[in-house]
Amino acid sequence: MHTIKTRKAFIQLLIYVFLIITAFIMLVPFAWMLSSSLKLNKDVFIFPIQWIPKLPRWSNYVEIWTTIPLGRFIMNTVKLTVIITLLQLFTSSFAAYAFAKLDFKFKNALFLGYIATIAMPWHVYMVPQFIMMRSFGLNNTHLSLIFLQAFSAFGVFLMRQFYQSIPDELCEAARIDGMNEYLIYGRIMLPLSKPALSTLVIFTFVTVWNDFLGPMIYLTRQNLKTIQIGLRMFISQFSAEYGLIMAASVVVLIPILIVFLSLQKFFVQGIANTGLKG
Amino acid sequence: MNLRSQAIRLPGFSPEKRKTIMKKNLVAYSFIAPNFIGFAIFTLGPIIFAFILAFLNWDGSNAMTFAGFSNFVRLLSDERFLIALKNTIIYTVATVPLTMVTALFLAVLLNKKVRGRNFFRTVSFFPYVASLVAVTVVWNMMFLPGRGPINNVLTLLGVSNPPGWATSKDWAMVSVIMFSIWKNMGYYMIIYLAGLQGMDPQLYEASSLDGANPWQKFRYVTLPQLRPTNFFVLIMLTIACFKVYDIVYMLTLGGPGTSTLVLVYHIYNTAFISWDLGYASAIAMVLFLLVLIVTLVQMRGERRMK
Repeated sequence: MHTIKTRKAFIQLLIYVFLIITAFIMLVPFAWMLSSSLKLNKDVFIFPIQWIPKLPRWSNYVEIWTTIPLGRFIMNTVKLTVIITLLQLFTSSFAAYAFAKLDFKFKNALFLGYIATIAMPWHVYMVPQFIMMRSFGLNNTHLSLIFLQAFSAFGVFLMRQFYQSIPDELCEAARIDGMNEYLIYGRIMLPLSKPALSTLVIFTFVTVWNDFLGPMIYLTRQNLKTIQIGLRMFISQFSAEYGLIMAASVVVLIPILIVFLSLQKFFVQGIANTGLKG
Repeated sequence: MNLRSQAIRLPGFSPEKRKTIMKKNLVAYSFIAPNFIGFAIFTLGPIIFAFILAFLNWDGSNAMTFAGFSNFVRLLSDERFLIALKNTIIYTVATVPLTMVTALFLAVLLNKKVRGRNFFRTVSFFPYVASLVAVTVVWNMMFLPGRGPINNVLTLLGVSNPPGWATSKDWAMVSVIMFSIWKNMGYYMIIYLAGLQGMDPQLYEASSLDGANPWQKFRYVTLPQLRPTNFFVLIMLTIACFKVYDIVYMLTLGGPGTSTLVLVYHIYNTAFISWDLGYASAIAMVLFLLVLIVTLVQMRGERRMK
């Protein structure tokens, strides 16, 4: 009996050791980023690492706003992220409702079209897409990126998976009560789909906020650029200003951290419920 | 005889019934339209255009000329393309199993009743949501051969000649693979976690009664039940690996030399640096074919599982 207990305790210990090592590997780059963002360049690479600098250089966080138009870049990114996320939530959930709960002609064929494009890598059609946008006169506008990312097949797929898990009887009952489809969608389905909507918010927000290739292709005018492009520019321009680069990186990470932490409860639930697990 | 009267005569469809079906269709289309119109113009259209472009020669401004299969023939003797294809495959073959094993292992541990479970889950997932530009800067600095902390630690541990990581021909791909596991593992861990939580607890109770040890439980209860999840992760990861671009661009710029040149990087350069649009589309078709093959394997596999 005793040996079984010690063995169990030993296994428990091993689990914690492994988890702590993993957490350490996951977090160390961020910790180092935060710590370096408060240092002078010459102190960044001092070894052993000084995790909490003796004289934290808060001025790094002031300087980054004037060396590049960081504020402008952030505003552009916020604008794009909010518009695209809202459009995706609305158009995806709207379409998904029809695919999950309504019967209509060409339903399966249309849905197959959506699925097929999810498997198609964006890089296969990014060139024709660019040419088309250019011919519409949309390159160097934010509208190009909005059109590019707002009508996602992935969003429709994700929301449909969730709506399918809601019993049809609920809609039937509402129909008998005389509700029309728009009311059923707005009053019943939408309030029920918080976990799925949160999942879609995180995915869209993270993708748009972090997007690099899209803005790099479409936005060449300085005042239109997004924060990721700005950060990249900043890195190549001030490649030796490690403290500043780190401070700018921390600033870029904060909004994602906030969205993620405030929605993460829904997120795991969302993945579990929407059948993303396969 | 016009169409309308013909339709009315179809058996089983009274005019009223026909009207309600029409109305039903219209309501459904009104739900789909906001998404579908945008989707058709900005995604479906370009996809069709991409197929056509692969058979043309075009620099984006002058007249297009018909190329037939010449773009595809050119692929066979394009050294950079072949290297990119090889590198993409190496990257995929290394990254997929390593990510799956670490993600599954972590998910199994975090599915147990351990203290701070939520903290560990959040922490492992955070690299996935963090901005790639921001984290690659940190990793690039940590990887620095002369004074980066990683090599400092290695030297401290007695490694006399620590690797040059992203700046060395031999280690650049290894660096990219290590980084990509660190970045994406958390996402797949969450998917595994969802799979583990969907499992029947009675099976574990039964196997405990039969005296199975933890390894036997994992091997004979967990793994077989996780097959659909495993399969899903395998496919998603493989497709994601075929499409790798950003990581390579940020960490190594495809170099040194061609040591981390991958397919999408080659497509991007061919299209937006050389403006050889037809040829870029032909390379893209190869990428599409690779993804298509994997997707077909998935569909077959799923059918077999059912």
